[in-house]
Amino acid sequence: MKRYSALSLATEGLRGHRGWTPAWRKARPNDGYDAIVVGGGGHGLATAYYLAKNHGICRVALLEKGWIGGGNTGRNTTAVRSNYFYPESVALYDLALRLYEDLSRDLNFNVMLSQRGMLIAAHTPMQMEICARIANAMQLNGVDGELMGAEEAVKRAPLLNQDPQARFKCMGGVWQQRAGVARHDAVAWGYARAASDMGVDIIENCTVTDLLVEGGRITGVETDMGTIRADRVGLAAAGATPGLAAMGDVRLPIHNYALQAFVSEPVKPMLDIVLLYLGTGTYVSQSDKGELVIGGGLDRVPTHGQRGNLPAQETVLSGLLEMFPAFAQLKLLRQWAGVVDVVPDSSPVIGPAGPEGLFLNCGWGTGGFKAIPAGGWLLAHLLATGAHHEISRPFDLDRFARGRLIDEAAGAGIAH
Amino acid sequence: MQVFTCPFCGPRDETEFHFAAEAGKERPQPAEETSDADWADYLYFNDAPRGPAREVWVHVTCGEFFLMTRDTVTRAVSEVAPLPGRGE
Repeated sequence: MKRYSALSLATEGLRGHRGWTPAWRKARPNDGYDAIVVGGGGHGLATAYYLAKNHGICRVALLEKGWIGGGNTGRNTTAVRSNYFYPESVALYDLALRLYEDLSRDLNFNVMLSQRGMLIAAHTPMQMEICARIANAMQLNGVDGELMGAEEAVKRAPLLNQDPQARFKCMGGVWQQRAGVARHDAVAWGYARAASDMGVDIIENCTVTDLLVEGGRITGVETDMGTIRADRVGLAAAGATPGLAAMGDVRLPIHNYALQAFVSEPVKPMLDIVLLYLGTGTYVSQSDKGELVIGGGLDRVPTHGQRGNLPAQETVLSGLLEMFPAFAQLKLLRQWAGVVDVVPDSSPVIGPAGPEGLFLNCGWGTGGFKAIPAGGWLLAHLLATGAHHEISRPFDLDRFARGRLIDEAAGAGIAH
Repeated sequence: MQVFTCPFCGPRDETEFHFAAEAGKERPQPAEETSDADWADYLYFNDAPRGPAREVWVHVTCGEFFLMTRDTVTRAVSEVAPLPGRGE
């Protein structure tokens, strides 16, 4: 693999950029592997990478029914953060954030992490109390978080609606400095390149049609490219996971919804933080190109179709204009949706399920992008050792029968 | 905006409706003989089918629950019906 560096860029520049090679191999499947990962989004690619890097398991097939990074990894609003409430969640999401902080160096691929800080903004005294509770929880869990008053908050986002009559006038909020954004495509491509370099076969346009189970053990998968054998299979397919798991007679506590996102036309820099407004449920940041990247709550009709509907758009955009009346002049450039796998307690499902050798990494709902390095790290650990990492143990599927839910919808005010 | 049809009120905007559950779930009885796993399955676990689905929805404005058969990919609704015993 050719290392990317300022020197290689300069050298190639002088040669007319004719020496670059594809970042990863386009592989065809072999008959057998040590492990199969289904799903070529960030979580699947990270799983394949950490299987090779952390556990020395390089005979890995990564199967993707479309193209890598074409699902939710390419459809999210690129925020990374770890401002959650429960210790289990903070341990999980902060593992991801810590890995993100070193990811560009680790992968030799610039994921353009920008820790510009994130404000969860409040507009009522009750919401300020919730923010204080989150800030306290974050500090107790050893993560950076601070409570901020209106003056400080408005200093960080000067275009916030300051009209005394404003319906959602900002009172302050909770701030995480280490939060920010990363380039979503680069995360997928960086993991793919590094994994492929260590021997992982990345197989695109390969649809899994059945899970092969013999005597209660997984023995491989059936695909439209033929049978592929392995005694360990990991599913990391977000909204497609329930259908895949059903092939192994596994039911999941998942409903699928569309989650929409929007970008405006590019404008000059005017918002250099990530902002989530508790009152409107709308969040927004500005990309390096100058587009405003906007998201909000779920569409309310369960669906597997990757497109959104007008009522949710209206809610998100009217929320945005309450926060920033000046944005009303902007034109929307694009709008799209991804299918997210929503679990009743808004926490992911990581762990074994059904036949021996089958492992899940799903249920991230609206928040999977920020967790990609941790999801990959933990699923790789499960596939390699057959046992939970201490951070993934609380997120096992058995928490529903045990009643040990990790309810981040109630804890951290997630918008679903 | 999609239009759903309430079996009692007729066609209305999708914002008046709320998804309740997948149809066909039977509450395990009696409670004291129901295992944790069976109860969790009833309470939390779904099929989340891709394609044709039978679901229970509520028309929030009239408060009636009803059955809706629809496609979860195209969103086309093929049939709406009152819950058993709630028909005219």
